[in-house]
Amino acid sequence: MDLFFTMLIPLILCFVALYAAGRRVDVWSALVQGAGSGLETLVRIVPALVGLLTAVYMLRASGALELLAQALAPVMDRLGLPSELLPLMLVRPVSGSAALGVGAELIASYGPDSELGRTAAVMLGSTETTFYTVAVYFGAVGITRTRYAVPAALCADLTGFVASAWAVRLLF
Amino acid sequence: MTMTAIWTGMVAISILCGLATGRGPAVAAAAAEGASAAVELALSIAGMLCLWTGVMEVMRRSGLADGLSRLLAPVLRRLFPQAAKDRDIMDAISANVSANLLGLGSAATPLGLEAARRLAGRSPGTASDALCMLVVCNTASIQLIPATVASVRAAQGCAAPFDILPAVWLASGVSVGVGIAACKICARIWRT
Repeated sequence: MDLFFTMLIPLILCFVALYAAGRRVDVWSALVQGAGSGLETLVRIVPALVGLLTAVYMLRASGALELLAQALAPVMDRLGLPSELLPLMLVRPVSGSAALGVGAELIASYGPDSELGRTAAVMLGSTETTFYTVAVYFGAVGITRTRYAVPAALCADLTGFVASAWAVRLLF
Repeated sequence: MTMTAIWTGMVAISILCGLATGRGPAVAAAAAEGASAAVELALSIAGMLCLWTGVMEVMRRSGLADGLSRLLAPVLRRLFPQAAKDRDIMDAISANVSANLLGLGSAATPLGLEAARRLAGRSPGTASDALCMLVVCNTASIQLIPATVASVRAAQGCAAPFDILPAVWLASGVSVGVGIAACKICARIWRT
């Protein structure tokens, strides 16, 4: 099964190429033209990325995240969320790589089969980098009035965290 | 305006907090670091991004994307009633959702952006209900196989790194459901 997941991407490439060639599509020129439009997309998302990552790095270096963790501890107890996982929850919507780093550290220190380690893994697997996604999408299409998109997305994230903690307790 | 508030707030809080905790110099260094990390990140995803937009172009020309679209269309039409009649938009959204399901984030983003561009063309500057729904669906994880997390668990000596799958599906399902419900409710009370 692990091999299947490893091979998933090359298998998709192969399947698409064979299928398209079978339907007499010029696979090569389609691939190259599509890749060109990917580069245009990339150029459009770089400005948003520069802005967001600058702020995220500053926030991390300032120690503000740890302070927030202390302040939010009472609320977390109410929701059944272990306070050890707060740094992960704070970082998760903002930076995917930082969240993976924090999560990997939690899994390493509590063990992958502990309740905390499992909850951290489920949280990582069931949520996304919300602010990054919002910045990329609205930045790329020039939307400045985002209306309820951010609160609704954060609502889904918070639900995902609480559901992760509950799901691990329920299933293990 | 939301991103303006978030960004300005993040920068202001970092500086205040950094000065208060005596980490001013670290914050200053981080500002420069973050900017270059953004470009490094962009470069590191550039290859995959171009490859997958290329593959999607092949899929589109061969009619594969249409097949996938048809499979997902009935569900997605309910989520995006305003765009249901526009085939190009629904195709892009369907392909975006299916790439997300497979965990192909770098393939999903260009497709989602394509759909977003078309949706935004109808109401420049302001996010329409359909665009909010698209963004919220993309900020919630619907990935079936969280391969990265599983590999982290495996690296820590876990015998069955994929044993979290049912818990991940349960948590993702609840989270996506709440996101969609939040969008539908907000669309009624939060008019432009």
